[in-house]
Amino acid sequence: MPAIEILGLEKTYSVGFWRKHTKRALHPLHLTVEDGEIFGFLGPNGAGKTTTLKLLMGLVFPTAGSARILDHEWTDPVVKAQIGFLPEQPYFYDHLTAHELLEYYGQLSGVPAKQRKVRVDEVLHQVGLRDVRGVQLRKFSKGMLQRVGIGQAILHNPKLVFFDEPMSGLDPMGRREVRDLMEELKHKGKTVFFSTHILSDAEALCDRVAIVHKGELRGIGAIEDLTSSVQGKVEMVWQGSLVPASIKALGAEIHVSGDRVRAIIDENQQDAVIDILRRERQRLIAVIPVRTSLETYFVEKLRRSETTAGRTA
Amino acid sequence: MKGRIAYIASNTFREAVRDRVLYNLIAFALLLSGAAILVGQISIEIEKLVVINLGLTAVSLFGVVIAIFIGIGLVSKEIEKRTLYTVLSRPVRRWEFIVGKFFGLAGTLVVNTFFMAVGVFGALFYVSHKFVRADALILVALYFIILEFLIICSLSLLFSSFSSPLLSAVFAFSLFVIGSFAEDLRNFAGMAHGISRWLATGAAYLVPNFSAFNVISSIAHEQPVASQLVVQNTLYALFYATMALSGAVLIFERRDLK
Repeated sequence: MPAIEILGLEKTYSVGFWRKHTKRALHPLHLTVEDGEIFGFLGPNGAGKTTTLKLLMGLVFPTAGSARILDHEWTDPVVKAQIGFLPEQPYFYDHLTAHELLEYYGQLSGVPAKQRKVRVDEVLHQVGLRDVRGVQLRKFSKGMLQRVGIGQAILHNPKLVFFDEPMSGLDPMGRREVRDLMEELKHKGKTVFFSTHILSDAEALCDRVAIVHKGELRGIGAIEDLTSSVQGKVEMVWQGSLVPASIKALGAEIHVSGDRVRAIIDENQQDAVIDILRRERQRLIAVIPVRTSLETYFVEKLRRSETTAGRTA
Repeated sequence: MKGRIAYIASNTFREAVRDRVLYNLIAFALLLSGAAILVGQISIEIEKLVVINLGLTAVSLFGVVIAIFIGIGLVSKEIEKRTLYTVLSRPVRRWEFIVGKFFGLAGTLVVNTFFMAVGVFGALFYVSHKFVRADALILVALYFIILEFLIICSLSLLFSSFSSPLLSAVFAFSLFVIGSFAEDLRNFAGMAHGISRWLATGAAYLVPNFSAFNVISSIAHEQPVASQLVVQNTLYALFYATMALSGAVLIFERRDLK
């Protein structure tokens, strides 16, 4: 059973004073997220990521299409008890303390009183806010609010968690902690759906990603599949700092650092370079096929969609 | 369901208290004690009348201002600050949110009115040195003021569910002023002819009839209030507030939270 099935959700807003003009925020989107995976929803700012999340949360209503979450209609209130949501740049009731806010959200999520008390303490500890549990949120920094946001999203032990730009406003330690938390959630069998434009986070965490741009899905797949297309080049690494002239003559891209030399060459020159290194008595350490990074794939997808849009116009 | 409404109401009440809304009580206390001391010195035999009139009018006006200025932000502020996102992504229905907010604000006003009422009775005791049986009628006036607040809360929420805070304040305050002269509007409708009669009659019955809730003057003169009026006003306030709240729910149920 997939955790999320998006069946052609689309959103068009009426704009202008008389609401006569329309702006399409999301083209019909079809997407499936499997149970227990970390799914990255990637795209530049304004791509339609937040609109998709708001549609799934019932905060905005679709122009057409539907979705199923955890095998229920996405509008079914039963679903809401089983999901957690962290909005982008979250803002909370700042008259409350971190403890009171989590307590309040626990009440709204239907967590029984006894369990709630324990769970609120656990979560405060988990997101590193135990020492400031009694401080009103109006005194919190952006990073601390982000931690509160993450805490409220996981408080009721949901099966599926939606994070909208979860690393936003966090320092490197905080980002690391969020990454660890997501992995922990996956380890516990939870499904994580998170939107981001920080590709390194997606590459480090996600089982699969989808790329959206200008409200349209541009690509979807497992990270390994998207990045596995070999570019026809290999990276050869050997010990030392000597770069034989015959290798330079092949037009290789050479990088020397410490006692390592890295040379990027065409795949068909691989045997010739190995022979040269053997002849020069250099110790070969590794031969690695150069793969497309997620960033390269992402930029390429965006560039292609820009070109297509330009041609259509 | 009941639990969620109660939690939202209690959070709304707590927010009002922590945002120092009840600080208005200090201004009220200063106004009333100042007035009591002043009329005690200058009035001859009418101190009680002045204190009751002034005290209850102040209770009403302070409450109306609070009801409008908190009420208009109850929904729009939550949308603007996006605090609603983490509430409505939980098993909370939109109508529960509106009803919870209404009860939270109404609760704040009831507590506020309670403290003001203590102040009014205190000032009354200061000028007349004793309580008489007729003073109990002040409680009826206070009850009518609370009923008035329920209508204003629901109207503020209705406007807040689709409009900006500024426009909502203008609408709500205009309705309060027009509603305070609803009897005059009805009299005018009775005298008008043709289309203006229809329009005036429609407007007279559409705006809340706040003039029916204003018994301050007659109570200050120790005139009793007919029990029929108490029942009538109670039913009218409940009906009007329910209609306005239903309107707010209908609009909010369809609203995109951009």
